[in-house]
Amino acid sequence: MQPCDPGDSFSMRRIGKHAARILIVLLLGGFLGATLVRLAPGFGVDEEELDSRLNQESIQALRQTPAADASLPGFYLRYLSRLLHGDLGSSQTLHEPVRQLLAERFPETLKSVALGLVLGWTFGLTLAMLATMSRVWWIGLGAFLLASVLLCIPAAVLAILFVIAEAPGRLVIGLIVFPKIFHYARNLLGQSASLPHVLTARAKGLGTLRVLLWHVLPVAAPQLLALAGVSVSLAFAAAIPVEVLCDLPGIGQLAWKAALGRDLELLVNLTMIVTLTTLLANSAADLAAQPLHAGEA
Amino acid sequence: MKWIRVAAIVFLVAVSSACLLADFVAPASYEQQFRDVPDAAASAQHLLGTDDLGRDRFSRLLYGTRVSLLLAPAAALLSSLLAALIGGAAGFLGGWLESCVMAATDLFLSLPWLFLLITVRAFLPLNVSPFASVTITFALLGFLGWAAAARVVCADARALCSSDIVLLARATGSSGFRLLWRHIVPNLKPVLSAQFWISIPVFILTEANLGMLGLGVAEPLPSWGSMLRELESFSAFSAQPCQFVPLVLLVLTVSCFHLALQKQELWA
Repeated sequence: MQPCDPGDSFSMRRIGKHAARILIVLLLGGFLGATLVRLAPGFGVDEEELDSRLNQESIQALRQTPAADASLPGFYLRYLSRLLHGDLGSSQTLHEPVRQLLAERFPETLKSVALGLVLGWTFGLTLAMLATMSRVWWIGLGAFLLASVLLCIPAAVLAILFVIAEAPGRLVIGLIVFPKIFHYARNLLGQSASLPHVLTARAKGLGTLRVLLWHVLPVAAPQLLALAGVSVSLAFAAAIPVEVLCDLPGIGQLAWKAALGRDLELLVNLTMIVTLTTLLANSAADLAAQPLHAGEA
Repeated sequence: MKWIRVAAIVFLVAVSSACLLADFVAPASYEQQFRDVPDAAASAQHLLGTDDLGRDRFSRLLYGTRVSLLLAPAAALLSSLLAALIGGAAGFLGGWLESCVMAATDLFLSLPWLFLLITVRAFLPLNVSPFASVTITFALLGFLGWAAAARVVCADARALCSSDIVLLARATGSSGFRLLWRHIVPNLKPVLSAQFWISIPVFILTEANLGMLGLGVAEPLPSWGSMLRELESFSAFSAQPCQFVPLVLLVLTVSCFHLALQKQELWA
C-alpha cells in the first residue's frame, strides 16, 4: 500500500476549507436575502386581492400562502428546503419558474462574460507585458492613456456608444475588464521586472522574451491568478448595464427587470447564483495559485 | 509631472465652484421648460441647447454636477466612517470579532457590486420623490461600499496594535478607549483619507451606471447618471454634439480625480 502523500492531504484540506467557506457565505447570503425579502414593504400582499370579482373565500385562500411564511426563521427554512429540492421559486413579474429563466438566460451571460474576460485579459496582459518590457516609450504611454480613459467611462455609457456605433455589445465587457487588468498587471510585472535577479539576467544578456517568460511572469503569476478570480466578479457586474442597453437576453437584463418590477425572489436567487459563480472562480484561482506560492517558498 | 496633478486639482476646484454657484451661474432652473424650443441646438440663449422636454441643458448640467459632486464625497465619507468603525474595532479588538468582520467583508466582496446595489435598491420603494431618490441612491453607495476599505483599515489597525508606539503607550498605562483614541485613530487617518478619495470616483461612476439603468436619481432632479440617459435617444439623423457634454465632463472629472490621487512614481 502506498503511503498517503502529505501534499495531497494538504490540497484536500485546502479544497475542503474553500468549500466550507463557500457554503457559509451562501448560507449567510441566503439568510440576508431571505430577510430582505421577508421585511421588504409589500411582502405578503398579493395584487390579485384587489380584484373585485373575487369573493371573501378566494381572498382568504390567497392570504393563506404568505401567512405560512410569517416568521422569519420559518420563511428561511422553507426557502432552504425548497432550494435543496431544486425549486428556486417563481418570478412574480414574468410568471415563470426561476429555474427555467436561469436555464434560458445564464448561458447567454456566460458567453458574454467569457468573451469579455478573454478579450480583457488578452489585451490587458499583452499591453502590460509590452509596457513593462519594451523600450519604446510610446507603447507604455499609449496603453496607459487608453486604459485610464476607459477606466473613467461608466459601463452603461460604453454600452450606449456601442449601440450607436452598431458594434457587438458583448465586446463592451472586454473593454471594462481590460483597464483593470492592464493597470494591475503593469504594476505587478513592473515590480517583478525590477527584482535583482531579473536585473542580473538582463545584464548577462538574456533576451527580453526569455527574461519575461522565465523570470518576470513566474514571480507575478500568483497575484495574476488572484486577479483572474476578481475579474470574473467585475465581468458579471458589467453584464447588467451591457445586457440591458444592448438588449442581450442574459441574467443581467433579467436582474434589471426584476429590480424594476420589485421581483425580490427572482433578484435574490440571481444574486446568489452570481455570488456562487464568483466564489467558485475566486476559489479556483486561489487553489491554482497555491503550487506557485509553494514553489516560491 | 507635478504640473499635471496641479492642473487636475485646479480643474476639480473650478468645476466644484461652478456647480456650487449654480444658483447664480445657471441661466434657468433645472426643471424650467422652454416648450417652444425642445431639442434645440446650442445658441446664445441656451449654451448647450435644450433636451427633448425643452429644459436648458447647461443649467441641468450645473445642477447635475452639483448633485454628483457633492453627494459622492458624502457617500465616500459615510463608507469611510463605517470602514473606520468596523475595521478599526475589528483590528483593535481582534479575536472572534475580527473573524466575524472578515467573514462579513468576504460576503460583501463576493457579491458583484452592481448586483448587490440593484438588489438592495429594489427592496426600497422605487416610486419616490426626487430628493428621496437622491438620498437613497447615495446612502446605499455609502452603506454598501465599506467592505474593501474596512479590510484595509483592519489590517492597518492590527499592525498598529503591535507597533512600537502602541507598545510604548501600553507600557505607560494607556489602555482601552484612550489607547484607541489617542494612538490608533490618529495613525489610521492617512489610510482612511486614501480610502475616502479613492471611493469618490468609484461612487460617481456607479451613480452614473445606476442613473442610466433608471435606478438612480429620479426626474426632474438632474445628476450625471440621469443626464447620460439622454444618449439613449441619440440618433445620427438628429445628432446634437452637446448631448455628449455631460459625458465629457464626467470623464474629465473622474480622470482628474485619478490624476490627483496618482502616486508620483507612476509618472516616472
